[in-house]
Amino acid sequence: MKRQFVLAAAVSAFAAPAAISETAPDDVVFNEYAVEASLTGVAGDAEAGAKVMTNRGQGNCVACHMVGTMPDVPFQGNVGPALDGAGDRWTEAELRGLLVDSKQAFDGTVMPAFYKTSGFIRPGDGYTGKAATDTFGPILTAQQVEDVVAYLLTLKE
Amino acid sequence: MNYSRFAGSVAAAALVFGAMTAGAEPVEDTLVVNGEIEMTTYNESAPDYIPGLYEQWSGWHFREGETRAMQADDFDNPGMLAAEAGLALWETADGTEGKSCADCHGGIDSMAGLRPTLPKYNEAKGELYSMEMYVNDCRTERMGADAWKWSGGDMVAMTAAITMQSRGMPMNVAIDGPAEEFWKKGEEIYYTRYGQLELSCANCHEDNYGNYIRADHLSQGQINGFPTYRLKNAALVSIHNRFRGCIRDTRAETFAEGSPEFVALELYVASRGNGLSVEGPAVRN
Ligand code: HEC
Ligand code: HEC
Repeated sequence: MKRQFVLAAAVSAFAAPAAISETAPDDVVFNEYAVEASLTGVAGDAEAGAKVMTNRGQGNCVACHMVGTMPDVPFQGNVGPALDGAGDRWTEAELRGLLVDSKQAFDGTVMPAFYKTSGFIRPGDGYTGKAATDTFGPILTAQQVEDVVAYLLTLKE
Repeated sequence: MNYSRFAGSVAAAALVFGAMTAGAEPVEDTLVVNGEIEMTTYNESAPDYIPGLYEQWSGWHFREGETRAMQADDFDNPGMLAAEAGLALWETADGTEGKSCADCHGGIDSMAGLRPTLPKYNEAKGELYSMEMYVNDCRTERMGADAWKWSGGDMVAMTAAITMQSRGMPMNVAIDGPAEEFWKKGEEIYYTRYGQLELSCANCHEDNYGNYIRADHLSQGQINGFPTYRLKNAALVSIHNRFRGCIRDTRAETFAEGSPEFVALELYVASRGNGLSVEGPAVRN
């Protein structure tokens, strides 16, 4: 079933726009804390992922994590562990799961779930302090998650 | 909850910088304002009604040397300008009654000792009251003047001027008796993980003080320095303004300044700092 989906998605990626095969946040299937299937069927772009990781309005991963391969990015935080070697420690499916919802792996962690749209208390409309609209999306798009996973997989020691 | 015991241990606590957890590195330094007001900015133990906190640090310890130095001398403290405007407002008649604060209260030094006890339960109103609420009650009920906006310039200037009268005194809010239900509500808010980032006050200010979140050196989020001059805003800011900013940064819908939620949270956060000196107006980033 899972494999079929990946194949179908990979095929459709050539024919149709990626959005069609995107898995919605509430439909993501976890295998323990890993997510085997690509969220889009479109291979991640590591370079784009690096941008997502440093952009304050997007992943802003460096707010909490140091990444040795990004020496030009100022002010990297230390709330979480350094991400160097993450590509050795985790499989692609595990990294995808950590990005979608890291609380599946780390109970009670401060790391936000980047591809989730339900279960929040007083969700806001971005960083405005106002209430979210009914249709607010996840912090990262499905493709941005795939892009970040692709970058993390390059972090080998 | 044993208040007197706590107060006693605070008085006895010397400025001992004991063992700190790895990674938690507030700067070791002592704050004496104008060479005369000795501030307690660190206590090696914390009130026992806060199980998650085992030591107290003023936010002053987490700022750069230059910022810390600004607070040590009123001539260098940019917050003093607004505080002086507040002193002038104290003497200024306003409203249909044509009265000033001074007409009823005398010199502003009569307010010494107030800041450490706020917010507190107001018997007559049956509500938890912050300084802003007392100020606005005087304006609307006794002066016949308009209420000031919570974070408006006049209000922040006035709260700075009143706060200053208690500089160096230990924070000492009551959390028992009628205040208890408000305190509990504040405690619940403090530990609730709001917003799309699902972060509580405790996640940043209890679990991670001393760590860096991007460029920000996380402090314990204490409010003994408020109103605080924020270099980033180039202005004095109120406690509720700070709360709002922190909740907004979790991608959450915030509570309003002056809301019962924020007054309750203010009491709870103040109690986490019971024993730290009143510093306001402090200087922070
Ligand atoms: C608010 C803080 C915070 C943010 C933002 C954050 N993380 Fe994390 N992350 C953590 C913490 C803390 C852990 C450690 C898990 C734990 O014990 O809580 C962690 C763990 C991880 C791990 C596993 C750690 C390892 O070395 O094996 C990876 C991979 C990871 N994060 C990637 C990311 C990526 C990619 C982003 C951005 C898209 C991100 N994180 C954003 C706090 C954060
Ligand atoms: C995502 C992280 C984060 C969360 C969650 C958070 N804060 Fe903060 N807070 C900060 C940062 C960063 C600063 C500025 C540096 C510092 O003083 O810690 C700050 C500063 C403060 C200050 C000013 C401290 C001073 O010395 O001037 C107070 C008070 C405060 N926070 C209270 C709160 C309260 C109450 C909550 C929950 C309603 C909260 N914060 C939630 C990150 C956070």
